[in-house]
Amino acid sequence: MSQLWIAVLGASALCFILKLLGYSLPESFFSNPRLQRINALIPVVLLSALVASQTLTKDSQVIVDHRIAGVLVAAVALRFKAPFPLMMLLAALVSALLYRSNSI
Amino acid sequence: MAARLIRQNSRVSFPRRAVLRDSLSVAIPVGSYGAAFGAAAVAGGFSVAQACALSLLLFSGASQFAVVGVMTGGGSALSAIATGALLGIRNGLYGMRMAPILNLRGLKRALGAQITIDESTGVAISQENRGEDAMRYGFFATGIGIFFFWNLFTLIGALSADSIGDPSSWGLDAAVPAAFLGLVWPRLVDKKSRIAALLAVIIALSLTPFVGAGFPIIATVLIAIALGWSTK
Repeated sequence: MSQLWIAVLGASALCFILKLLGYSLPESFFSNPRLQRINALIPVVLLSALVASQTLTKDSQVIVDHRIAGVLVAAVALRFKAPFPLMMLLAALVSALLYRSNSI
Repeated sequence: MAARLIRQNSRVSFPRRAVLRDSLSVAIPVGSYGAAFGAAAVAGGFSVAQACALSLLLFSGASQFAVVGVMTGGGSALSAIATGALLGIRNGLYGMRMAPILNLRGLKRALGAQITIDESTGVAISQENRGEDAMRYGFFATGIGIFFFWNLFTLIGALSADSIGDPSSWGLDAAVPAAFLGLVWPRLVDKKSRIAALLAVIIALSLTPFVGAGFPIIATVLIAIALGWSTK
């Protein structure tokens, strides 16, 4: 099986087990405030790291290219409470224009 | 099936139309954003079938994008699975919250669990003042609605990306980090979260040249543990 299929099926299986586990465990199982604080921060760090690596790295190198312009525009759009699809569209548009004009 | 699940649980009356409107106003825009996922997955080297399998079987936006992001960045399948699963923990917590309200058994529990995500739980909780029947209705209407539209649009996005050629010239390589930014943005509400986000960016970028792709992302969980550990 290819690495991609392993990732697809492995992540799907684990995520489904996590969903199902929620219905099988008592709510008190997760009442420790320290665990709750850590858990609240996990999506913050993972998603932030993904923003950084998807914007500023390529082939294990940190590089600045057309993508950063798109992501900065997305940040401005989010700052002004733009809806999600519009924000992504603006990011793609700006990045694509820069990429095509080769100005960075 | 939605109708049957909802009907058998209905005892008290509630403004069904209003709850349905709330549910669809979330389900349709969120579902249509599956097109971005499908396109990003295919642009990142996944097949149309693999993109659709993620939306059908994993069905949790942040985890799906993470799997695609890590694999596209050259990470191992194990890093992709770990990152996706770590982002999936919160769905389990939503399940704990929904379990006493939905009270599902057997196959229905498995189906209910699969549609337990940010939006279905969010709409259900927002119906709290209309009573538990409204919460159940909102949960299933939103969850099933998103499942339908998300999968439909994943297929549409994947098929169109298959035919556009260079993904960069369509901005898809910037749309993916923009999606992650949009997902993290509403979570940056307090100082601790913002510090965590900043540290995660710095650590992920600093580690990039030295360790295998995917690892710099998982390593940032240590930041969550360190910052979450202290009460300050």
